[in-house]
Amino acid sequence: MHYTKAIVFTGLTVLLVFALNRPWGTVPAFAPLLSPFVGFWQNAETDEAADEELNLGGTAEPVTVIFDDLAIPHVFAQNDRDAYFAQGYLTARDRLWQMEFQTHAAAGRVSEIVGDRALELDRYNRRLGMGFGAEKSVKAMMADPRSRESVEAYTAGVNAYIKQLKPADYPLEYKLLGYAPEAWEPLKCAYFLKYMSGVLALGADDLNMSNVLAKLGSAATKELFPDYPFHEDPIVPGGTKWDFTPVKIPKVPAESRPAVEPITMNWPEHDPAIGSNNWAVSAQKSASGYPILANDPHLTLSLPSIWYQMQLVTPTMNVYGATMPGAPGVIIGFNKKVAWGVTNVGADVLDFYRIKFKDNTHREYWHDNQWKPVTRRIENIKVKGKPNVVDTVLYTHHGPVMYMAGQQPFAKNVPVGYAARWIGHEESNDFLTYYLLDRANNHADYRKALSYYGAPAQNFVFADARKDIAISPNGKFPLKWKNQGKFLLDGTNSADDWQGWIPAEQNPHVKNPARGFVSSANQSSTDPTYPYYINWQFAPAERGVRINERLTTMQNATPDSLRMLQNDNLNMRARWSLPVFLPAVQTQKLTAVQKKALGVLKTWRYNNDVAEIGPTIYTEWMRQYMNGVWQDDFPGTDSTTLRYPSFDRTLELAEKEPSAHWFDNVNTSPRETLSDVLTQTLQSAVDSLIRQHGPVGNAWNWGAHKATKIGHLARLDALSALNVQTGGGNGVVNATTERTGPSWRMVVALGPQPTAYGVYPGGQSGNPGSRHYLNMLETWRTGNLNELLFLQSPQDKNARIRQKVVID
Amino acid sequence: MYQIVLIAFLSLFAQFFLPWWTLAIVAFAVCYWRSPGAGWAFWYGFVGVAIIWLMYAMLIQLRTDGVFVGRMSELLFKANMSFLPALATTVIGGLVGGLAGLSGFYVRQTTTTQIVPRNS
Repeated sequence: MHYTKAIVFTGLTVLLVFALNRPWGTVPAFAPLLSPFVGFWQNAETDEAADEELNLGGTAEPVTVIFDDLAIPHVFAQNDRDAYFAQGYLTARDRLWQMEFQTHAAAGRVSEIVGDRALELDRYNRRLGMGFGAEKSVKAMMADPRSRESVEAYTAGVNAYIKQLKPADYPLEYKLLGYAPEAWEPLKCAYFLKYMSGVLALGADDLNMSNVLAKLGSAATKELFPDYPFHEDPIVPGGTKWDFTPVKIPKVPAESRPAVEPITMNWPEHDPAIGSNNWAVSAQKSASGYPILANDPHLTLSLPSIWYQMQLVTPTMNVYGATMPGAPGVIIGFNKKVAWGVTNVGADVLDFYRIKFKDNTHREYWHDNQWKPVTRRIENIKVKGKPNVVDTVLYTHHGPVMYMAGQQPFAKNVPVGYAARWIGHEESNDFLTYYLLDRANNHADYRKALSYYGAPAQNFVFADARKDIAISPNGKFPLKWKNQGKFLLDGTNSADDWQGWIPAEQNPHVKNPARGFVSSANQSSTDPTYPYYINWQFAPAERGVRINERLTTMQNATPDSLRMLQNDNLNMRARWSLPVFLPAVQTQKLTAVQKKALGVLKTWRYNNDVAEIGPTIYTEWMRQYMNGVWQDDFPGTDSTTLRYPSFDRTLELAEKEPSAHWFDNVNTSPRETLSDVLTQTLQSAVDSLIRQHGPVGNAWNWGAHKATKIGHLARLDALSALNVQTGGGNGVVNATTERTGPSWRMVVALGPQPTAYGVYPGGQSGNPGSRHYLNMLETWRTGNLNELLFLQSPQDKNARIRQKVVID
Repeated sequence: MYQIVLIAFLSLFAQFFLPWWTLAIVAFAVCYWRSPGAGWAFWYGFVGVAIIWLMYAMLIQLRTDGVFVGRMSELLFKANMSFLPALATTVIGGLVGGLAGLSGFYVRQTTTTQIVPRNS
């Protein structure tokens, strides 16, 4: 009796302790998480900010760090190495989990943390050659003493932080997911770059376009997928003379398209809403007589915030701006003499080559009339709670062979298929570009810095205190024949290989154009006179045209004029299309509520403001309209993915050929016209909005309908910002959509002493238990900016200074 | 009642240096050493541990103005109620302490034939 109870209760206790000490599926280990001694309670931060001294032993001289009221560090170091050490340390202190998670993701190591539900993601990143590329990049950054010093010092700083952590101090996410941070290494900095290239330079419609070509033939494909858009206003102003003699451009080979097999390539669609804006107005246009520069990079908004603000001061630089956790230096920012910013180019830098293997052993492949050896790269994927998964990836000189028809996950036989040729596989030392920009004094320094840059290609806008402004779509661009890579390529034919590189100094660029401003919004880099092929399609022209329209009329510009432009909510697409579409709607076929919706659109001023209903109806209508026009002609299936022509091309058709057969639904017997499609899709759009939101009312407001979400990287809604009420939208200068938007807004007024403003939707701290996790969100949401404190010395007095930390 | 104080102090001390589950060993040991009955043993263990977890959690919550208890409540219990994390913390800690105390009492029972007085 006594024994039974003793055994039962002791057993129960042990069992309870055991059960509470381990995770169950996605449920974290409860007791260590709830324990006030080691659990989440320990991550709650007070508002206290007493001056302190940190003895880390990693710097040659003491480093003074001044924190302002937004917890932004201003680092004063006696030498560059110490500054990068401090950057690594401070960034890790605020963002360690994020830094590690993003680089784990790029390295295909998420399964290690969350188990086999991330296995396909990991295989994808590894098969893409992320590791292959990162290993090459780290070699390049280690080969130059400047980038080497910054990467090594940054790494030492991150590790100095990790070393002093006890489990109770781990960032919350480690406690939730039940793992511990590992040492940082320079390779992780390279992985971070690959992560960004993965976000920004993986656009590839080659497969869909080949499927389209197979289905429609070359005439119709050419008709529907033109190489230059209907509405356009390129980044380098049309008519700009090219000041170079181009190198020999490869000839377009005779038709030699590889046969397309239906392949299910699980290729993530490139999100068209990921883009950016930047511009600079010249001294003549500004009230101060000095240029003003603005930049807002659009990304999938996430928490912890994508950017981390910092000022770095050493004898060789005094730079302030947005840094990226995982990369040394400032990426977008300004110093005393210059300011710069970036938007994505969207170059065609990912191509697929059909590989012909000699036999089923896949040891050799056919290229340039000979058999060439295949190399193998073993990817060993650790999986939490399961045995490791070993994946062998075949590499040709093009790149890794990725996916193939019928390939089952974890298939034993290695797939035969297409090799991916990607810019991310190239050796490049992109950090050196930022290293030099951080220290640039003038336009020549800027050009020099850009020449080192590889990927992801960016439109680098520039302005300096000498009153020069400039912009350059810049990166390592493969030398190709026109449209090489619009379709899948033939891996056996050397004429289909990349043929070298566009010389860096011949990348498109323009300095001080007559119009008095430079700008970019991911649209076409140049007009068709540029001798080289960069891509056949770019982001739609809407944002670019609107920005240029406003900058053209802008006079006596101030930082506030540029801030207002960043928040411009005009929907260009609506302004272009509604005058064509509204008269074509057959009003007599509409119900009362559909008529009411049409009435809203008729009086709408094309502004995507929070409280407007027009953008809700318009956006849903256009979504259904595009389906209505194209779904019958492009019936994509799981095995054959197709893509629609662009909205731009569809609008051109509606304007110029309203009776085109494309508007007819081939699956129904009456012949539909543009007017029929517009009417039917307006009806169904309104009906579906009623189902979603009830009768026309506040629930239809654009802000409520769009419900912008800034999601936590671990997909935890409780740590996210949900239903953020903002205007803007896809194709709008204020490009805030449901998930994407301006991840950083910056305006810099050059002058004898620069003044700058900036904000991002989040905060400096990555800790949800900090006051600085989301404290900038409201400023961002309302379209305002914070002044960026550009300190000159650690002794500077300013009411916003909160804390002084000395690192030695 | 001094057992509660003992469990509270010893488990507090242990948890500053050792893993959280050492609180179970403390509760077990104290109740093994001296506890007048099963109910009392559970009570000593529960209260001794829970009071420490509750007080420490509340101390942090007050010092940080409950900066993210709402989010944690949402995350762990899908309901945004700021008292939930502290309540769950108290109950979980208490349960482990109580059960460990109870086990201590019953194990002691196996080593002695002495009838334990019901009301000490």
